[in-house]
Amino acid sequence: MPQKKIGVFVCHCGINIASVVQIEELVKRLQESSGVYYATDYKYMCSEPGQASIRDAIKEKELDGIVVACCSPSLHELTFRRTSSSVDLNPYLCEIANIREHCSWVHSDSTLATEKAQEIIETIVEKVRLDEALDPIKVPVNKRAMVIGGGISGIQSALDIADSGYPVILVEREAAIGGHMAELSDTFLTLEKSSELLSAKQREVSVHSNIQLLTYSEVEDLDGYVGNFKATIKKKAKMVDWDKCDGCGKCIAVCPVKVPFDQEHPLGKENAIYLPLLEAGPKRVVIDKGICQHFSGECSECQTACPKSAIHFDEQDETLEEEIGAVVVATGYSMYPKDRIGEYGVDGCEDVIDGLQFERMLAAWERGEGPLRRPSDGKTPRDVVFVQCSGSRDPEHAMPYCSRICCMYTVKEAMVYRKAVPDGQAYVFYIDIRTGGKGCEEFTQGGIADNRLIYMRGKVSKLYREGDKVVVWGVDTLMGKKVEIAADLVVLATATVPSPGAKELAQRLKVSADDYGFFQEVHPKLRPVESPTAGIFLSGAARAPMDIPESIMHASGAASKVLALFSQDDISHEPIVAFVDEDYCSGCGVCVETCPYGARELQGRKRVAKVIEVLCQGCGACIAACPNGACQQRNFQAEQCLYMLDAAL
Amino acid sequence: MTDNGATYSYYPGCSLHGTSREYDASTQAVCAELGIELKELSDWVCCGASSGHSLDETLNIGLPAHTLKLAEKEGMDVAVPCAACYNRLKVAEHALQEKEGVREQMKDLLDYEFQGTVQVLNLVELIKDRVGLEKIRSKVVKPLTGLKVVCYYGCLLVRPAEVTHFDDPEHPRSLDEIMEAVGAEVLNWSYKTECCGGSLSLTRDDIVKGLVDGIVDMAKEAGAQAIVTLCPLCLENLEMRQSDGTYPVFYFTELLGVAFGLKESEHWLKKHLVDSTSLMKSLRLLS
Amino acid sequence: MGDTNLLDYVIQKSGQDVLSCYHCQKCAAGCPVAPFMDIQPNVIHRLLQYGRDDEILKSATIWICAACETCGARCPNDIDIAKVNDALKQYAVREGIKGKEKGMPAMHNAFLSGIEKRGRMHEVSLIRELRMKTGGLFKDMKLGIKMFKLGKLPLFSEKVKNMGEIKKLFEKARRAQ
Repeated sequence: MPQKKIGVFVCHCGINIASVVQIEELVKRLQESSGVYYATDYKYMCSEPGQASIRDAIKEKELDGIVVACCSPSLHELTFRRTSSSVDLNPYLCEIANIREHCSWVHSDSTLATEKAQEIIETIVEKVRLDEALDPIKVPVNKRAMVIGGGISGIQSALDIADSGYPVILVEREAAIGGHMAELSDTFLTLEKSSELLSAKQREVSVHSNIQLLTYSEVEDLDGYVGNFKATIKKKAKMVDWDKCDGCGKCIAVCPVKVPFDQEHPLGKENAIYLPLLEAGPKRVVIDKGICQHFSGECSECQTACPKSAIHFDEQDETLEEEIGAVVVATGYSMYPKDRIGEYGVDGCEDVIDGLQFERMLAAWERGEGPLRRPSDGKTPRDVVFVQCSGSRDPEHAMPYCSRICCMYTVKEAMVYRKAVPDGQAYVFYIDIRTGGKGCEEFTQGGIADNRLIYMRGKVSKLYREGDKVVVWGVDTLMGKKVEIAADLVVLATATVPSPGAKELAQRLKVSADDYGFFQEVHPKLRPVESPTAGIFLSGAARAPMDIPESIMHASGAASKVLALFSQDDISHEPIVAFVDEDYCSGCGVCVETCPYGARELQGRKRVAKVIEVLCQGCGACIAACPNGACQQRNFQAEQCLYMLDAAL
Repeated sequence: MTDNGATYSYYPGCSLHGTSREYDASTQAVCAELGIELKELSDWVCCGASSGHSLDETLNIGLPAHTLKLAEKEGMDVAVPCAACYNRLKVAEHALQEKEGVREQMKDLLDYEFQGTVQVLNLVELIKDRVGLEKIRSKVVKPLTGLKVVCYYGCLLVRPAEVTHFDDPEHPRSLDEIMEAVGAEVLNWSYKTECCGGSLSLTRDDIVKGLVDGIVDMAKEAGAQAIVTLCPLCLENLEMRQSDGTYPVFYFTELLGVAFGLKESEHWLKKHLVDSTSLMKSLRLLS
Repeated sequence: MGDTNLLDYVIQKSGQDVLSCYHCQKCAAGCPVAPFMDIQPNVIHRLLQYGRDDEILKSATIWICAACETCGARCPNDIDIAKVNDALKQYAVREGIKGKEKGMPAMHNAFLSGIEKRGRMHEVSLIRELRMKTGGLFKDMKLGIKMFKLGKLPLFSEKVKNMGEIKKLFEKARRAQ
């Protein structure tokens, strides 16, 4: 092999390197070093004059490999590789020797540090000597997205992507889209009806030619990689022929299964067969197989009652395989179970409810379904106590975080309550009122004053039933007095927690969730809508508790990340990947088992191991595992590493 | 759990040798009826109660640790009827389990090498979990039909939960289940674990009266004819400081004795400051 | 006031992180005796931070706490206030600080001195000693007579045989203070 002309560029990094390493001496020794063709130094190599000196040297000296001795490659490897490319030197023939973090920052003895810097550089020179020129691996992008979750954030992400001309599959676990927003009463800040705001969006989804809506469906598995995912989706049997069903409700009237009020029943589920609460679109029923007595017993009441013969208990779940290029996770939130808060857990007391249940009660009143009634005996509640931070900001017993949305929805619920029951009194126990955000503080203070809401700073210690009242033991810390209120209804702002099954979904998608089950972003400040897995993006409350406007912002943010991906026809993949010398491969399959990325497989009649280059992350595990030495990694070949070791020792 | 069959060490504590003799007597009789042999730890020493932990950290652990040392010598799990004693023994056990420094200190003070080989059991725990409700039911000859009670656990049995590890700290049920097993009608109420102020009873009866009346009023409101408890300090306090003066408070072992048809039962009930026999007679549970 | 500040002493002795308190007063809301306290439990934490040690140590609050642990069971920040109060009481006793509440320290002293003498608590002796110290000898007298008649107040005290070990424990405890 002809000797490469390798140039070394030593950076002073101001005084970061130069105050410890003797640069002049180092460059002199490098110039005398056998593998080095050219060596020089500069105060800041990453500056434009520094880069210009590298470009000039590559051209003038006809260098065919360079080493930049400077800071960590995580900072400027890309910078200097671009410098090389700009003068037609293959970027993979440019390597970094880290003499700052690995040398000058951690040593004080100038003589020894200079020696060490020299060894680090000579090691990398050996690497460059045997480096190959490589080209990035190109992979085509499948410009079709999948959005998981049909609440407001999923709807928004799907619409944004679809409006830009790309096909979207919107997968929703429930029988209708809308999520929790469909359950809410008037929303802050404008006090517009939530269901009306939502229905416009629902209608857009249902008629959009680019959106394929899969309701009552769940994502079972996700394989592949950015631009080329394959999703397995289970379409759960609805047991109802939607072409025949006209939503007459005769089936619901005869269903013997009653879902208790205090249990989560999204979208108006009150029986095992139910009409999803949906403002837009035709009304059609579905059956929840989990609670239906046909499957646990013999009941077929609804089938008998249906005038259209639309009910088919034998309908089976269906499995779909869909190919997509990007995924948006928009699985939303749920409420911390109130019965887990012992001191608020009044045995079976229906008049202690959570904020979402109260939303449903208020929404029913708004729809004109009669006066506001409390769950236990249907009486109109005259004294309502709201307890904020029920399970939030409680690191000892429940969730340590602030649930963020409760301060706003509590004041809003209290305001709507006062509209529903003008002579009623609302009391709110809070620890801090956290209503940042545009218009929020004004809304809150106005609401408190105009509606004569009694806000008391202090936490409630205990609730209990006394007669038909719920007694609240609280405190007013600003007065320094204990407070006891006999309430008709208590509304707990229970902590906002991830949607049930979020952690399991994260596992299936191979992305990470935090300790609570919220999906983890790459960086909480700078990259909030991206998961650490390329091609999977996060939208709305699946990532953290947030209100509707913020969910919509995040949803559009996630959509724009998908669109950025779809703006390219193909994507590049690092070429530092494993490869196989087929002559040595015995087809034992150890590499297949070892690979954490599913990038190895046995192929062909000879069953030799192959590398799926786009999946390979260049971790080297298969190379270490191969018993025959048949696996090698580009630019980290065995011979190369031995020479590097020689130089280092 | 040590393999001691149905024999347990027994730590009555000072109250059961003083104001609460009927609790001591009924505990021994009921346990005997249930086939449990209680062997009183010889030469036991007071647990220090609330005074130990209030005034001196060394005594707080040292006094109950002395009892743990006696119990470990006997090698049997130890039954403790008094909730206050139970709490102090559990606190000492917890400190010995968790803190190397405390183990060292006790080695020095008491020549005691903590082994952690015996369990400290409160009496409700012993009877419900070790004996079991089935056995209790099988012994009933006179079900407490018609007797409406609320069960009062007080503070010291269930708190701190990380120390006692007994039942639900907000909504305990163990004693309710025992009383149901002997046929009483057990009502739900919200003051199961509210404090009666027992430790203040001698010096601040002005405070304590209000607390006791609150508990008695809530029991009445729940529809109960009496309160059933397991803590001698609570019982004495509830009897001494109630304004009513006629509202009965029972040890659960006394009522088990009645249900099991034990002859001594009437004698125990006559030891109360508040008349406890009239109610039982009116329900024909005592002749 | 000792060799270390009271805040550090309390944190170290009680093992409770009083600085994590965010003053929601869930403790006071559930405390059966809070209405009788001169300083609310969370305010003790605040005063500790301010270094207003004297007010704390002379307060009735630390003695009135019934150690029922309701606060500790429900505190969102896992502060066991009963333990904080124990540390404060122990400190006040060690430093000989006399506060507003006279009865409770006298009661505890009488209780422990009885144990030091006999190894067990004897109710009649305890009440006699307490009333001698705090006056009101005839307080609860009617109750006492009634209990005596019921055989609930034995006149003679029990005494542990092996008192040597107990005496040693008390002596060492005194030295450890």
